Order: sequence, then structure tokens, then C-alpha cells
Amino acid sequence: MLAYTLKRLLVAALVAATVSFMSFLLLKLTGDPAAALAGESATESQIAFVREQYGLDKPLLVQYAHWIARALQGDFGESPYFKQPVSAIIGGRLGVTLTLGGCALVFAVALAIPLGVLAAVRPNSWIDRLALTISVLGQAMPSFFFGLALIIVFGVMLRTLPISGSDTWRHFILPAIALGYYATPAFMRLTRSGMIEVLASDYIRTARAKGLRPASVLFKHALRNAIIPVVSLAAVQFGFMLGGSLVIETVFAINGVGFLGYQSIARSDLPMVQAIVLMVSMFYVVLTFFADLLNAFLDPRIRVH
Amino acid sequence: MPHLIPEITYPSPRRILMRRTRAHKGFLIGAAVLLMISATALLAPALAPFDPYHQDLSRRMIPPVWHATGGWEHPLGTDNLGRDYLSRLVYGARISLLIGGAAMLISGIIGTTLGVAAGYFGGRVDMVVGFLITARLSMPVVLVALAVVALVGGSLNVIIWVLGLLIWDRFAVVMRASTQQLRGMDYVNAAKVIGCSTLRILGSEILPNVLNNLIVVATLEIAHAILLEAALSFLGMGVQPPLPSWGLMVAEGKEFMFFSPWVIVIPGTVLSLLVLAINLIGDGIRDITAPEGRA
Repeated sequence: MLAYTLKRLLVAALVAATVSFMSFLLLKLTGDPAAALAGESATESQIAFVREQYGLDKPLLVQYAHWIARALQGDFGESPYFKQPVSAIIGGRLGVTLTLGGCALVFAVALAIPLGVLAAVRPNSWIDRLALTISVLGQAMPSFFFGLALIIVFGVMLRTLPISGSDTWRHFILPAIALGYYATPAFMRLTRSGMIEVLASDYIRTARAKGLRPASVLFKHALRNAIIPVVSLAAVQFGFMLGGSLVIETVFAINGVGFLGYQSIARSDLPMVQAIVLMVSMFYVVLTFFADLLNAFLDPRIRVH
Repeated sequence: MPHLIPEITYPSPRRILMRRTRAHKGFLIGAAVLLMISATALLAPALAPFDPYHQDLSRRMIPPVWHATGGWEHPLGTDNLGRDYLSRLVYGARISLLIGGAAMLISGIIGTTLGVAAGYFGGRVDMVVGFLITARLSMPVVLVALAVVALVGGSLNVIIWVLGLLIWDRFAVVMRASTQQLRGMDYVNAAKVIGCSTLRILGSEILPNVLNNLIVVATLEIAHAILLEAALSFLGMGVQPPLPSWGLMVAEGKEFMFFSPWVIVIPGTVLSLLVLAINLIGDGIRDITAPEGRA
């Protein structure tokens, strides 16, 4: 287990380094950040001043080394828009995004696992078809459209739920549904196929033959084993959600990191954008690292490979 | 006595495929919808009743025909600049299909090359490709695409390239796994033994046998690219006005959606329908070519 952990840790660190360099490079090479920072009406000398001010005239690798060294200490520079440290602004918004992601994950799991189990117990029944329909629709509807449709139905027609902001827990219901719905198909398919496989296994036959109650067989013996891959999928999906919450936060005007990222892109707040891209990527790297470890811990066969 | 035992004939593989295709409702529905939308895109100039860019401020926000105040002159109404909604919708199909197809081609070439190389050669190549896939998956697609498009400027070309360069991961993952399964096959070894070049083995032994999986991923990635384009355009950093992208139409209708929900419901529904159709086709092809049960 230790060897496996160290190996995964090394890979995660390498990925983190590569991704940080790529996100740094990407935003450097796709335009003149100095010109973008200085604004559209800036003169040549103003642009040159900005370039010097932000160290944009130095070689790329030097800039990267400088940026990442400070980033590791939590210092992402100052946002030219807020005139405040980037990390302080992001820190203030992180809680909202994590709450939203958490709620979305809970919604997705709470919808997907029961449906997946029922679909596996009765394949090709109406409930299986319902589960399939939900998952096919979930993959087809664009998230922004689903979010807006929720706003129209629950916020405007029924007037039951707030449609923007993040003041109370009720503000999180609609965005969490909109964000979580997209993770539902993956959870449902995995639960269904896992359950079908487990239900056909010998130990389930034994449990049934012993005369255990069907519910006990289903939940204690089958679901427990089928749910192992779902746990690591949850980690990965949570990582995706943090990236995908940009669209949902923008639709519902939630002051989280995603909305901040969108606004920062729109106002060319480069230090902010870089910091957010890096942060979301790092979240994903860390989450998948723990998911891998968890998988290896639960299933010893993985450690050998 | 020649004909005592009746001759047993087996249906040809093509026959079996045809039979499965005809029996697969999802695939048929998806194919029908996709055909209709593609035909609409091709015949847009003939089908659109108006110029999609023509503004008529005296005819703003006319509701569609099923509303009490709507009329047949503008069956789907007009937007807030008085442009005919049906015409914009019809031309919008071109943009979705163009971006979906082109981005899929770029990502397909990158992902298939990486995946097949990793699966066939294994070892170091496999490690490097696996690493690239992990690194790519760690980068948030929407955020990176938005940032790059915002910095470079949102032309059709830029969007196609940005999406194409970002979404090759599923191609690589699936092609790698499919190739790994084939690598040790007898016919691949036989080709090696008679001295075929690596390129030839990859081209005529490996590729034809991973083609089914490739087609399935390709359809799913078209749908993925279409959804991403719509999201970028919705956020104002994709296709730029006055081009009639469906995502952009939802964005432009957003401020009117409380009183005229149809301005977002119409393009949103068509967009969902197109993606649904493509996904149904992808799932259908998987079921038809590998009926061992859906995952």
C-alpha cells in the first residue's frame, strides 16, 4: 500500500506541475496580457509600463518559476480589478462554490443510487426505462438551459424558490439540482451495472439460499459491494462540478468562484483567472489522488498493477 | 437423392446488423431527428422564410403562432431586434453541426493517435499518454475554453480549434483500451511475423477492429462539442452576434424570458433535441455492434 501511495503521489505531483505550467502558458501565449490589462484605450508607453510592473517582460520560464513559487505560498499577486490580493478574494468565495458542489453531489447521489438499484433489480421494467430516460435527457439538455428552465418554473411560475444569490439554504436548491443533474447519469449507470454484476454472483445466491430477507440481501450484501466504484466516481464528479459550476453560478448569479472566474475572464483580470484555473485543476488532482487511494484500499487487486 | 437434408443458411453479418438496426427504436428515432436537422441546415436558404440577419424594429418580440397574438407570418415569432426566429433557428443548425463535426474531427485525430499508440506500444509510450490524459482531465474545460476564447477572440475557427484541442481525452481513453485488447491477438502476431510494417499493422489490422468503438465515441463527442459551443456562446464568449447560434439565442432571450419564455424555450429545446438525437445514435451504434448488454 505504501509503495502504491508513493507512486500515485509522484504522478499526482507531476500532473500538478504540468497542469500549472500549461494553464500558465495558455493564458500567456493567447494574447498580450499587458495590453489586455492596460485596457483598450491604453497608449504604447502605458502598455510598456504595465508589462514592466507585472514582470511580463522577463523570459517565460522565469515568469513561471516566479509565479508558481509565490502561488505555493498562497500568493497569487494582486487583482488589477479589485486592487486586492487574489487569494483573499478567492478565499471569500470558495465556501459558496464548495457548498454548491456538495449539495449538487448529494442531489445526484440521492437520485441516482436508488434509481440505479431499482433498475438493476428489475431490468427492462418501467423503472429501468425511467432511469434510462432520466440519464439520456440529463446528457442532452445544456446545463444553462436546464437552469433557466428551473428558474422559469419554480421562480416565476410557481414562485416557490429564490432564483438568484446565495443568502439562505433555499437559494442553493435550484442551482444544486441544475448542477447535480449532469452527474446523475454517470452515477446511475455505474450503480446499475455494478448491481447487476453483483446480484449475479455466488455469494448473493448463497445469501438468498440461506433464507435472508430480500432487503437485507439487496442492501447489506449487494449494494455495499456495488457501491465501491461509485465512491471514487463521486470524487471525480465533484472535481468536474467545481469546473462546471461556472455556468450554473453565472445563470443563478451566485457569488462563488465560478462566477468570479467568468467575470474575471470578461474583465481580463489575468492573475485572478490563472489562480482560479490552477485552483480548480489542483482540486481535481487532489480528489482523484484520494479516489485512487480509496479504491486501492477497498480493492487490494488494484495495488498490484 | 440430393435434397433430403434441407440446406441451412445463416444470415450474413450485414443482414444481422440490418436486422438489429431496424429493431433498435432509439437509434431510428435519433437518426430521423438528426437527418431532419441536417437537412434543415443544408437547405437553410430555401427553408428560412426571412433573412436571419434582417432587423425590423417595428416587429419586435412577436410571439409564436400558438400564442393568441401570434401569426403565421412569423411561425416562431421574432426576437427583440425584430428578426424572424424560425429563420435564425434554421441557420443556427448550421453552426451547431459545423462546430460539432469539426471539433470532433480535430479531437478525434489527436485522441485516436495517442490512444492507439499507447495501446499498441505499451511501456513508456503508454505511460506518457496516460499522463497526458490525466493532465488534460485535470484542466476545467469550460473555464480554459472561455479564457482562451476571450483572449483570442470568438471566431468560428477559434472555437473549433479550442474545443478540438480540449476534448480528445475520451477518444484517447477508449482507443487505448480497445487497442490493448487487440494487441495480443493471433492475427496481429501473424501480421508481425510475416513482416508487415508497424504502420500497416496499425492501419489494416488494428484500426478496422476498433472502428466501431471509434464511431461511438465520435458521435458522443460531436454532442459534447455542440453542448460546449452552446455554453460558450451563452456566456458571450463563443460565436459572436449577429451569427444565429442556438446558445447565443438563449443568451439574447434571457432578459425577456420572464414575460416571453418561448424566446429561450425554442432554441433550448431544439438544442437538447439535437444532442439527444446524436446521443441516441451513439448508444444505438454501441448496442447494435456489441449487443452484449448496455453498461
